[in-house]
Amino acid sequence: MLMTISLLMENKPGALMRVTGLLTQRGYNIESLTVARTLDPTLSRMTIVVDVEARLRALVIKQMNRLVNVLQATDLTEVQSVVRELVLMRVRAAMESRTAILKEAEIFAARVVDSSLEGFVIEATGESEKLSEFIAVMGSYGEIEVTRSGGVAVSLEAKKLRLAPPVPRSQSETVESR
Amino acid sequence: MSNLKNGAHILLECLAREGVDVMFGYPGGVMLPLYDAIYDDPIQHVLVRHEENAAFAASGYARATGKVGVCCATSGPGATNLTTGLVDALMDSIPVVALTGQVTSTLIGTDAFQEADTFGITRPCTKHNILVTRADEIAHAIHEAFHIASTGRPGPVLVDITKDAFQGQAQYAPVHEIHLPGYKVVTEGHAGQIRRAAQMMWEAKRPYVYAGGGIIASNAHEELRDVVETLDAPAVCTLMGLGALPGSHPNFISMPGMHGSYAANMGMYECDLLIALGVRFDDRVTGRLSSFAPHARVIHVDIDPAEIGKNRAVDLPIVGDAKRVLSKLVKALKELAPEMQGLRDADRKAWWSVVHAWQDEHPLEPVFGVDEIKPQQLMYEINKISDGKAIVASDVGQHQMWAAQFIRFDEPRLWVNSGGLGSMGFGLPSAIGAQMAHPGKLVFCICGDGGFQMALPELATLANFGLNVKVVVMNNGYLGMVRQWQELFYNNRLSSVEINTFPNVEHLGAAYGIKAKIVRSPLELERTLREAVDEPGPYLLDVRVSSFENVYPMVPAGGAINEMVLAPPRPVTVPE
Repeated sequence: MLMTISLLMENKPGALMRVTGLLTQRGYNIESLTVARTLDPTLSRMTIVVDVEARLRALVIKQMNRLVNVLQATDLTEVQSVVRELVLMRVRAAMESRTAILKEAEIFAARVVDSSLEGFVIEATGESEKLSEFIAVMGSYGEIEVTRSGGVAVSLEAKKLRLAPPVPRSQSETVESR
Repeated sequence: MSNLKNGAHILLECLAREGVDVMFGYPGGVMLPLYDAIYDDPIQHVLVRHEENAAFAASGYARATGKVGVCCATSGPGATNLTTGLVDALMDSIPVVALTGQVTSTLIGTDAFQEADTFGITRPCTKHNILVTRADEIAHAIHEAFHIASTGRPGPVLVDITKDAFQGQAQYAPVHEIHLPGYKVVTEGHAGQIRRAAQMMWEAKRPYVYAGGGIIASNAHEELRDVVETLDAPAVCTLMGLGALPGSHPNFISMPGMHGSYAANMGMYECDLLIALGVRFDDRVTGRLSSFAPHARVIHVDIDPAEIGKNRAVDLPIVGDAKRVLSKLVKALKELAPEMQGLRDADRKAWWSVVHAWQDEHPLEPVFGVDEIKPQQLMYEINKISDGKAIVASDVGQHQMWAAQFIRFDEPRLWVNSGGLGSMGFGLPSAIGAQMAHPGKLVFCICGDGGFQMALPELATLANFGLNVKVVVMNNGYLGMVRQWQELFYNNRLSSVEINTFPNVEHLGAAYGIKAKIVRSPLELERTLREAVDEPGPYLLDVRVSSFENVYPMVPAGGAINEMVLAPPRPVTVPE
């Protein structure tokens, strides 16, 4: 089943590779992944949708949390959360169907962001299933090209972020000067 | 006042502060600045003959001491050659810090000479890795690496350092604090869970202790002993945990698993409480999971939360450092003892009588040959000499299993072997690492005729440092473990397993300046082994053993742990 993970991690080179590498290494297939900086530019927030057996979900979270650069991995699959996705779509349509297309877009609360003689570029956001319906409907009007962002999610429950405090590193101080 | 140093000197200063006195490595182009600094540094650099062996030697050093082992290699091929040793350390949770050189930062990504994406390649080979491109980043990276390698669940950490970072000048400031906000290590163990565990342990009729490498990693062997004795429970130690409980301890059964003893495996099957301490329910221990400890509730103590419930559902998990958790557990057990101990006496007696019956029914007994040396007999003789005290570094295969079955370890950190990854070629370099750590100790290196040839170049290192390692090649002329599987599961179609060309070790030894001998007769085995041990410095023995012995008992892969294939009956021969 699909699992949604929200991940807060240090914005460091290679951090993304560690997360995706872990998932491939353990045999989980990534459905979608989005990543961007947070308000704190030293951190990134990642939303991953991944195909994992239900009984392994807790294990995946623990394996994510084991990564040194990951501050917090949260399983949003069954908690109160909002998941949204963005679709950008180019629709090529004949002049006579353009009005119908605009009506349809309005029904799905989509916006036209570019219009030309060839057709429209439409932007829609929403739940993934709703967007799939929208894409199917638009496909019936003509040739379409679609780019989906993959889900971004936010939990409605505040979860306390627990960070490891700095720890002293004891070292031998009697190092002869070199 | 300026206190500028170049990156290479900063690195060596960091190593000194981390208490590193020996490192295993191999130089190369981008490492020139570092090796120039090593030239007049007190650190001992052991030049191995292949980078893979630098990693294995560092691992052997770490396994024998508990300290972080350090290896280094140059960029490109040097770094890629390290990887097997890194994965090996990762699988067995061994603290190793690997230092690799990288091409100058401006050349990264240009397919420069000896450039490889070490950072990318070693991501899945390490617990963590760090790329350093500036001299002023070195100190933090190195101390972080040692911290990560040695705390929590130990493991290898690689620091990839560009040539210009070695050459660049920076101020060295001691690093007294490590700040890794995402690196959370739980050590204490939940007090309530520990109390409940003690209660469960007393209530169990047939408790069984399953102890592993985690006990050794956390130096919890004394606490383990206390738990086992307080409860008077039978205990097994995994391949990685041998020596966690003294092999001579009356509660110690033996190793469980694929080649575990009959009693050890039957105990796993029949117990009603499995007390799993610093183990990971490896498939080589559990066999078919659905038939593993089917009647048991499970207590699992581990420092890595991701191990809890990974392979087997756990009734009572405790995340924490084994030493801390077990010392509290002993207290909790002792507090409950006055009311519980008496109630459990009869049950415990009954349980022990069952376990003893299994031990008597199918003991692990060495086989003795009259005309030819039996491999088990070789281990039996080594065991007599070691008497529970020698370090035994083993390669991978049949000899490893026989050594684990027949050589007793009365202390932790004596048994050095590649458990999780099963890397052939591990034996000799890891013995070198262990010997560098304990110059005064008797170190055996037990190899097969296959693995020995994988590590052959290290004979030069052995000779070079005159290390007191007794290399015993158990030579059966085959890649024995693979041959055994071909015999049992592939209709005895022996495919590419015969080692029909093996160097004459007496000539080979002479070529390196190492004393060497071929042993063919059971009558000369004990005497020759003793000669080798009495002779100071390295010694190489080629012990010719029967070709077609199989390791038993055996739980076929995917089989149930109580359905072992036992050794076929054989005529009883008594040694003279």
